[in-house]
Amino acid sequence: MQIFKPANAASPTAQKAAVNKLNFYYGGYQALKNINMVVHEKQVTALIGPSGCGKSTFLRCFNRMHDLYPHNHYEGEILLYPDNENILSPEVDPIEVRMRISMVFQKPNPFPKSIFENVAYGLRIRGVKRRSILEERVENALRNAALWGEVKDRLGDLAFNLSGGQQQRLCIARALATDPEILLFDEPTSALDPIATASIEELISDIRNKVTILIVTHNMQQAARVSDYTAYMYMGELIEFGATDNIFIKPKNKQTEDYITGRFG
Amino acid sequence: MNNTNNINEIRTIIARHKRWDLLALVAGIIALMIAVLTFIALFGNMVIDGMPRLTWEFFTSFPSRKPEIAGILSAWVGTTLVMLVTAVAAVPLGVAAGVYLEEYAPKNFITEIIEINVTNLAGVPSIIYGLLALGLFVYQLGLGQSILAAGLTLALLILPIVIVATREAIRSIPVTIREGAYALGATKWQTVADHVLPYSAAGILTGIIIGLARAIGETAPIITIGALTFIAFLPPSPVQDQFPFLSFEWLMEPFTVMPIQMFNWISRPQEAFQHNAAAAGLVLVLMTLLMNGLAIYLRYHLRKKIKW
Repeated sequence: MQIFKPANAASPTAQKAAVNKLNFYYGGYQALKNINMVVHEKQVTALIGPSGCGKSTFLRCFNRMHDLYPHNHYEGEILLYPDNENILSPEVDPIEVRMRISMVFQKPNPFPKSIFENVAYGLRIRGVKRRSILEERVENALRNAALWGEVKDRLGDLAFNLSGGQQQRLCIARALATDPEILLFDEPTSALDPIATASIEELISDIRNKVTILIVTHNMQQAARVSDYTAYMYMGELIEFGATDNIFIKPKNKQTEDYITGRFG
Repeated sequence: MNNTNNINEIRTIIARHKRWDLLALVAGIIALMIAVLTFIALFGNMVIDGMPRLTWEFFTSFPSRKPEIAGILSAWVGTTLVMLVTAVAAVPLGVAAGVYLEEYAPKNFITEIIEINVTNLAGVPSIIYGLLALGLFVYQLGLGQSILAAGLTLALLILPIVIVATREAIRSIPVTIREGAYALGATKWQTVADHVLPYSAAGILTGIIIGLARAIGETAPIITIGALTFIAFLPPSPVQDQFPFLSFEWLMEPFTVMPIQMFNWISRPQEAFQHNAAAAGLVLVLMTLLMNGLAIYLRYHLRKKIKW
């Protein structure tokens, strides 16, 4: 497998978001504890940690996915720059947040519609109706998701007829079509074979300069390969956060080191 | 030769156990045959009695005192029109209620009570619906003994079936699909209209047809609201040749339906009317089988396209 080294990891970049004193509760259970972190613009930030550490829960705060289910609540803030909006504020409509921040899920979840309609859906709910605009933006998104060549002759086919890896790239195209400010990946390769995984990782490194990326991964090699920054989480807490090179080569925290070297997790 | 002994012993045990296998098989087949043969006997009897009466004239004639010229014209027209009212009333109400319960209702105590009651409603004897309809539709709302009153009564009766079918169809949509739509910024209604309803359409349609197939054979509530058993005229046609082309006069007309026509003929002493009843029964069973067949077709063929 190829290794994609972050080229611009060391150079200081603007911040896209800041997480301040974030607590999250599933009913009475506190799943995230006082998380403070920054998200750098047009960089890849990986969230790693053992199962149940809260990394997916954390990721799903960014597009207010937890609002879909009752008894969940947030404390603290996630500020989105440059407009300084706290996207966790009850006054902010979660739909507005989801229009700015897209998400790619663990299991490919294309809609049982055509390939074209899958990618166009986000545009349609934003009111885009002109066929020519839809076609142009669907093509762009599919190109960015490295899928255009494979599907350009069968855009009308049902998305379910694609392979698992193609379906996941279709979901990435769907998320990219609306030009999100941040793209969230929730273990995007955990349901895929190694070849499809490599193509998704390659895709992530292709789009890293266009969009800010947050990725939850189970796979430490993947975090090392694709990310510029890494956050290590354990039991709902952020244990260590920093440039990926530093985290993987000289972690400051003993726990992080144990996890990364495979001594536990 | 200890080994050979062992093998023989094992074979004896297996043979003994297999006797029970055989017994279970035979018992199962007998049980099944009792059910199937009963239906075949009933159906066969009806075919033998009714088949000779199934002529074109039987469908185009009104009931009559003379059994050989009596037909089911007013009955099948009545059944069709009542079913039309039932479908038009039950489908939007049932689907909307199902969507509300699955997608919008807060998960709390009141919702739970409503859910339990909807399920229980499906088990209420149909004559109770007839009594309710007699009081509410016929007298209170002044609809009289009309097609409209009958259609609404049967709509009430199948509403729980449509609601439950809608909910089950919606529930079979994976949560990941729903989250996918929400994650793109869809509102609840966009998610329902663009995803939930289209993907559950086959299941909902199946439920509607099964509900209508039940309603088509219902007799008790229709008798309760006072359907006539002898109708020798047709309601005014819903479609007219003059503007505005549609007429709703038929809604308020008296009517009869297939099972009531059957009931009427069965209660006659003459042998020939029994044959008419059998023929009408045959038509009714075929209508029901056709609807159930359509439901099965929809379930297996429309759903094949969507495999989660």
